[in-house]
Amino acid sequence: MNPRTFLPALVGFTVFVGFWHLATLGNSIGDLPGPWITIVGLIDVARQGLLWKNIVASVFRVAWGFSLAALIGIPLGMAFGWFPRLRNMFNPLIQALRPISPIAWLPFAVIMFGGTAMSSDLSAIFLIFLSAFFPIITSSTSAIASLDVKYVRSAENFGVNGLEFFRRVALPAALPQILTGLRLALGIAWVVVVAAEMLGVETGLGYQVMDSRNALRMDYVSAAMVVIAVIGLLLDTAMARVESTALARRGMAQR
Amino acid sequence: MSEPASKIVVRDVYKTFSTKKDDVQVLDGVNLEVREGEFLAIVGPSGCGKSTLLNCMAGFEKVTSGSIDIDGEGIVGPSRKRVFVFQETGIFPWYSVWDNIGFGLGKKMAFDEKHEIVMKYINLVGLQGFEKAFPNELSGGMKQRVEFARALAVEPDVLFLDEPFGALDAFTRLEMRREIVHIWQETKKTCILVTHDVEEAVELSDRIAVMTRRPAVVHSVIDNPNSRPRDPDDSGCRELKDQVFEILGVERRV
Repeated sequence: MNPRTFLPALVGFTVFVGFWHLATLGNSIGDLPGPWITIVGLIDVARQGLLWKNIVASVFRVAWGFSLAALIGIPLGMAFGWFPRLRNMFNPLIQALRPISPIAWLPFAVIMFGGTAMSSDLSAIFLIFLSAFFPIITSSTSAIASLDVKYVRSAENFGVNGLEFFRRVALPAALPQILTGLRLALGIAWVVVVAAEMLGVETGLGYQVMDSRNALRMDYVSAAMVVIAVIGLLLDTAMARVESTALARRGMAQR
Repeated sequence: MSEPASKIVVRDVYKTFSTKKDDVQVLDGVNLEVREGEFLAIVGPSGCGKSTLLNCMAGFEKVTSGSIDIDGEGIVGPSRKRVFVFQETGIFPWYSVWDNIGFGLGKKMAFDEKHEIVMKYINLVGLQGFEKAFPNELSGGMKQRVEFARALAVEPDVLFLDEPFGALDAFTRLEMRREIVHIWQETKKTCILVTHDVEEAVELSDRIAVMTRRPAVVHSVIDNPNSRPRDPDDSGCRELKDQVFEILGVERRV
């Protein structure tokens, strides 16, 4: 870890925890919990084995929703980018659906996928899919639509077309922007998973927040929030690393 | 004395671009003949449509009316026999120098054969030792060399050069001019150079086509009588420069 970036970050966290501590001085677990109560609560849920179960459940749902979104969003977005007619037909629709919070779909998701344990997993995955799908398709569309005309013409000039053009020119040229879209999408997906787990499911970090609130165990709520933050940070760091190594390997290291 | 064979014949070419607001007429009946194996420069005021003319000759754009024949046949589209060198390099940043130069050679070619060709052109443009480098590790001049090598590797008849030195610094530009003359003398391709730099045109070309403002026509084609190697500062070259500037309507103070 680079001390030049790590140390200032550590200072930032310390200041925050300090204020948090002062603001919640003397509170009990039924109240707004301070950092110390949170840590004790965290150890408590971890000991019960609940924490691990909830983390796995949430990560599992995000992995499915995000992967499906990428699997459908990237090829569809690239097709929209390449065929202006298709784009003119569907891009306004995509942009109209995009601002609808995935949470608004929750009631419909429950109706569509039913109420059993297995199907409520599906409805959570569906919401995550929605949240990740829009940034992915949008970035893939614009990556291809804004392909440098010189690359397209070079390929044309040397008779490189069809699938070969796609593999050797379009995909690598679009890659940086697509990766940025994926990173953004993963961040949003992780935000949405918590909300998606507040209804219908009985596992996950979102469920832990909701269930602990109902039980008036605010220390478990804040413990879940800390875990969500840490995992979110880890996911983003991992994604940033994937991004930079993928680009560096292709001679396109940023900056 | 027999006339050299015509490589490209441009006849009464009109080109209009339609935008949302109105139509912009760029080429207004251009006539031009490019001879086999010659180095022709096309100069004109910026925005006059010289690049558009080059794009039409390369088959990237269609003419509105008129015809462009290459080897006696109308062009249908871009071809490996006529390669375009872009203003700011069109080489691919995700490919190494080796892969860029081999790009046009096709997948079916055996590796050994491909390697031999790629290395031949790496040597020609003086990039030995940089086979594995990526474009972002190269200077502007070196990138342009890669693009020349990529173009030459498919052994085209014609090179279209669209202000190929425009993005380079002054020193590199001079160096690259010498390089391109060397490449041209070695390979004897038909070269068509679009530039707004009259001195560059005088130094490099056999003939200079001077275009007018938009909507453009070719005002005149001037023979370049100076023998190579040329010094743009000697009297023959200066005279030719003045002649071109006069047609372009630019007063030169001595």
